[in-house]
Amino acid sequence: MLTESERLPEEATCRDTVPAGDYYLGRLNAGQTLRILDIEGNQAADTLFYSADDSSERYSATDTIREQGNVYLTAGSVLRSTRNTPMLEIVADTCGRHDTLGGACASESNTVRYDLEKRCMHSCRDSWMLAIAEHPEYGIGKRDIGHNINFFMNVPVTEAGGLTFEDGISAPGKYVEMTALMDVVVLISNCPQLNNPCNGFNPTPVEVLIWDH
Amino acid sequence: MMNAWDYETEIAPGGHWSLRLRRGTEMQLTDLAGNANLGMLFYNPENLLERYNAPDTLKCQHTFKLTRGHCLYSDMGRIFASIVEDSLGWHETVCGNSRAEHVAAQWGGRDYQADRNDWHQNGHDAFLVELAKYGLGAADMAANINWFSRVATDASGNLRLLQNHSPAGSHVTLRFEMDTLVLLHACPHSLSQASAYPRSPVRIALGKADPVAEDDACLNHCEENRRGFRNNTLYHLGR
Repeated sequence: MLTESERLPEEATCRDTVPAGDYYLGRLNAGQTLRILDIEGNQAADTLFYSADDSSERYSATDTIREQGNVYLTAGSVLRSTRNTPMLEIVADTCGRHDTLGGACASESNTVRYDLEKRCMHSCRDSWMLAIAEHPEYGIGKRDIGHNINFFMNVPVTEAGGLTFEDGISAPGKYVEMTALMDVVVLISNCPQLNNPCNGFNPTPVEVLIWDH
Repeated sequence: MMNAWDYETEIAPGGHWSLRLRRGTEMQLTDLAGNANLGMLFYNPENLLERYNAPDTLKCQHTFKLTRGHCLYSDMGRIFASIVEDSLGWHETVCGNSRAEHVAAQWGGRDYQADRNDWHQNGHDAFLVELAKYGLGAADMAANINWFSRVATDASGNLRLLQNHSPAGSHVTLRFEMDTLVLLHACPHSLSQASAYPRSPVRIALGKADPVAEDDACLNHCEENRRGFRNNTLYHLGR
């Protein structure tokens, strides 16, 4: 569902550009709103959320899609935790559909998907591993790295039971915005993948904006 | 597939279990009364941080459903188990577990005091019990497999559980490609609309598997699976 936001970028309290292959790790308090902006289009932002009070409670793809009865995320989707608690609600979306089935790329799964000799290519999970290693203050460990959201990514499911990664439906300037319903920690890998069309084979920066309302 | 099973048991409705299976063994699951749901998760007993990864399993085989020919991957690019036989054709791995609140809303709460073995156990709590036996907890829980359950989607992504999907006697057989800690429960699917708490027991038969042949259906299902088997071979190098 296409829903535009009335929030003005110049009124945001934080604006960070996240280059492809890098991560964003930060806190979002209840009531604050996070926007992820696809600056150049066709980028994938692999995103996880944690309860700021207890990192063992995190975003749950299974609880989210089951409770909303739909496998795609868009405006109106309530992002639920592993305790089935609402964490955030998507309040604006100019892209229309986001994936939460496909998971993140990892150097290990790259060997299976593309070539054993691509094991050293950069991946979202490696960005997350660096993030949690550089920021032990969040208390996030490898066991807490789970099934994520791929904002701007297009992974259609067919009625026959197929699933494919297709060219993105995002474009320059598209964004998705979500308001926190509890205090959360946001962990984003701006996807460095060079082997599939999730980012149009051309990883580009995204911008993270935060408003207090 | 060998039919001389070394061990057979039944998991009662609402029951849960865990066991370590060795590389080269087989596990056959049979839905004895129809419309069972069997939740399952895998961990590497040598490194419990390595676990079943549903997204990697689906995307590397370009599938939303699980059936014969598919391999069940860990987050480390290895294959825990292959589906070598399946009478049903569709099992799902995206809906997670029933929780206490689902079960209470649909069929009434879990009450051992009143109901003893007929209590309404839920899949989420069943997994928490089994996880804790290995020093694991809620953070280690991943998206699980729901054997014998099928969810359908439409063009808009709307999701529903097919009711009465699994006839009595439906069976699926897994061949373990590495040592695996298996957690399982026979609790209802979280989207079940059954009028009464579902009560189909699941028979579990365990035995030795035939070696993986060059024409194996799982090995040859896609190039990705060949590479997955290569990763397992590397993992077992020198053993």
